Amino acid sequence: MAEQTTFTEVDRTDGVEPDMVTASNAPASTPASGDVVPMNMIQALNSALDVKMAEDGNVLSFGEDAGYFGGVFRVTDQLQQKHGLTRSFDAPISECGIVAAAIGMGAYGLRPVVEIQFADYIYPAYDQIVSEAAKLRYRSGGQFTSPITVRSPYGGGIFGGQTHSQSPESLFTHIAGLKVVVPSNPYDAKGLLTACIEDDDPTIFFEPKRLYNGPFDGWHEKPVSPWKTQEFAQVPTGKYVEPIGKARVMREGNDVTILAWGTMVWVSLAGAEHAGVDAEVIDLRTLVPLDIETIEASVKKTGRCVIVHEAPKTSGYGAELSALVQERCFYHLEAPIARVCGWDTPYPHAFEWEYFPGPQRVADALKATMSGGR
Amino acid sequence: MKKPNTPQLSLRVPEPSGRPGDAPDFSHLRFDAAGAVDRPDVASTPYEMRDHAFQLVRVLDDDGKAVGPWNPNLDPETLRQGLKAMILTRAFDDRMHRAHRQGKTSFYMKCTGEEAIAVAQGMILRREDMGFPTYRQQGLLISRGYPLVEMMNQIYSNASDPIKGRQLPIMYSSKEYGFFTISGNLGTQVPQAVGWAMASAYKGDDKIAISWIGDGATAEGDFHNALTFAAVYRAPVILNVVNNQWAISSFMGIAGGLETTFASKAIGYGLPALRVDGNDFLAVWAATKWAEERARTNQGATVIELFTYRGAPHSTSDDPSRYRPGDEHEKWPLGDPVDRLKQHLIALGEWSEAQQEEAEKDAVEQVRAAGKESEAIGTLGQSRPSVKTMFEEVFATEDWRLVEQRREVGV
Repeated sequence: MAEQTTFTEVDRTDGVEPDMVTASNAPASTPASGDVVPMNMIQALNSALDVKMAEDGNVLSFGEDAGYFGGVFRVTDQLQQKHGLTRSFDAPISECGIVAAAIGMGAYGLRPVVEIQFADYIYPAYDQIVSEAAKLRYRSGGQFTSPITVRSPYGGGIFGGQTHSQSPESLFTHIAGLKVVVPSNPYDAKGLLTACIEDDDPTIFFEPKRLYNGPFDGWHEKPVSPWKTQEFAQVPTGKYVEPIGKARVMREGNDVTILAWGTMVWVSLAGAEHAGVDAEVIDLRTLVPLDIETIEASVKKTGRCVIVHEAPKTSGYGAELSALVQERCFYHLEAPIARVCGWDTPYPHAFEWEYFPGPQRVADALKATMSGGR
Repeated sequence: MKKPNTPQLSLRVPEPSGRPGDAPDFSHLRFDAAGAVDRPDVASTPYEMRDHAFQLVRVLDDDGKAVGPWNPNLDPETLRQGLKAMILTRAFDDRMHRAHRQGKTSFYMKCTGEEAIAVAQGMILRREDMGFPTYRQQGLLISRGYPLVEMMNQIYSNASDPIKGRQLPIMYSSKEYGFFTISGNLGTQVPQAVGWAMASAYKGDDKIAISWIGDGATAEGDFHNALTFAAVYRAPVILNVVNNQWAISSFMGIAGGLETTFASKAIGYGLPALRVDGNDFLAVWAATKWAEERARTNQGATVIELFTYRGAPHSTSDDPSRYRPGDEHEKWPLGDPVDRLKQHLIALGEWSEAQQEEAEKDAVEQVRAAGKESEAIGTLGQSRPSVKTMFEEVFATEDWRLVEQRREVGV
């Protein structure tokens, strides 16, 4: 390497402070159009794709079994029949190839939405996502971009064993240049997927498959109720956008803040009820960019924070959240920040409910936090 | 444990024909004579063309004459243009290699001996087609007249670096010149080229994509994925394998090229393949035109193996005398691409030694002038873009973390 000497600083910008996205100035939700009908999460996601494909000829969808058959979870059902063979088609069993092709299409100017059948099978595409999609804009000085959306069913609670249950979000939140989104209900699923498709950056969109057909609070012995009776299942048939980078307060409370996403939002609500604690439950909805303002305001109000996620604890996204809360709310904290997570083991089959962080574990953590420690 | 009466197994690890101190030995290579390989119809099926994957398309014979059915019959002006671009590429490489030795940059990679490939292909394809190059296709930019000073600014990571000091030297990017942003991760760009070509077909466009990969990187899974997708979706793409015999210190046998050719790998995917003398400007031109016509007329992808030799060290961080005979390049049976095109033009009566000398002087002068201009802006460590730009273009819009971190740096 050449010796580093004094640098001549040349400012290539025009001196204007660039826009930054924070919760307060994130693009607002757009008003919905069309009738409002009950949808489960699958139907809501299907509707998002259907509406965007009808609106924008540059949007196309492909993945394994995602064409004619409509996907193993039916998310792309009938899209090929409605929009044509070249707009929703089947792909070879090659996750690397699927994402690489999408990157090439994005560089051309399309907005591909690709499906990885299970998040557990996204790893063959990891190099393409991390080394390529995430870095195209940066490494090319803005000449090439990657406006792709990678959809993937994720999470456990379905007896999926090791390779149908994983929650690999922290492998993506760690990568500069990626946005990571996880909805917890049909309304958000449609609005957020629409936002991801329209976003000019690569987005990883994890769909909690445990929530596809109905909310799940972790009380696994109780019968599961379908979405149609739920407020969040009232979904407009037309286009609307839920902003990326904005959390949703699912339950207001004063005692403790719970940070969760995906299935754990419903588990956290059940856990708080079970513990009889007045918890404020925040559904983060997007992990990157993170709605730090909402988190900070809540923890400063409650003075306590419990983080709940399905992924293993060590180096999970909860560790990042815990660090951020500690850095920003240190003088407001009245108890150590607690994490309720999957264990540091591969996801087991027979021990589903010992592994899955259920409402009892959340309640225990809430009670411990309320009494000032562990 | 071995059972009685069964042969004992042994592990084979391929070794090259020569190591340091050995005399170069190319006796295992079989070359078809110039003009000997037939030119199939562009509409031929991969099955009909399977022999081409094991032959070697050559146009220029030992006397510098263009012979046989692949002779593209180029006009002298195009030939001179190609020769000058190759000469300029070599002059550029020489200067930048020296610039590294002088501490003006941290890194450089030459393409010595491989100039005909990127130069010819860069001249054939349209600028609005998209090239997905590796780090050894600088001839693509040079043949298209990309400003040398911009290439140098990138190599020096100076204040005018078009990609703002973010990438290792030579990882160029130019959308305008049909040159996709280079990645350090090998093989990744090949399935991306297929996706780009699929997009062009999806839109009913007339643009095609072209990609390059080295012999070594064909062992990456991305190569397999690219060929599968290219065949399945009949993508309008040209998939080049530049077989320069060496992947850093590993000879092409380690990549699986000992008992077969890289071109032949296409056959199993249902893709046509051509195997071409990569040091023969006319053969490269003709094969690329063939593949271009096939892609442009919606008949799908072609794999082209360009058989050549990496004349220079892998990079400025490499010393080939540690793993191969020192004079192997000089003994390469397919000669040097610049010399061979020069001889051809002279044989045609369209060039002379004096003109060659003049062209070489002119190339050195062009590079020198660009070097002066770029070095006036600054070499590595003397000038660079604003530190502020380090935080930009991670996303379309900076998020709060990047704003905070930028302020922490004080910019």
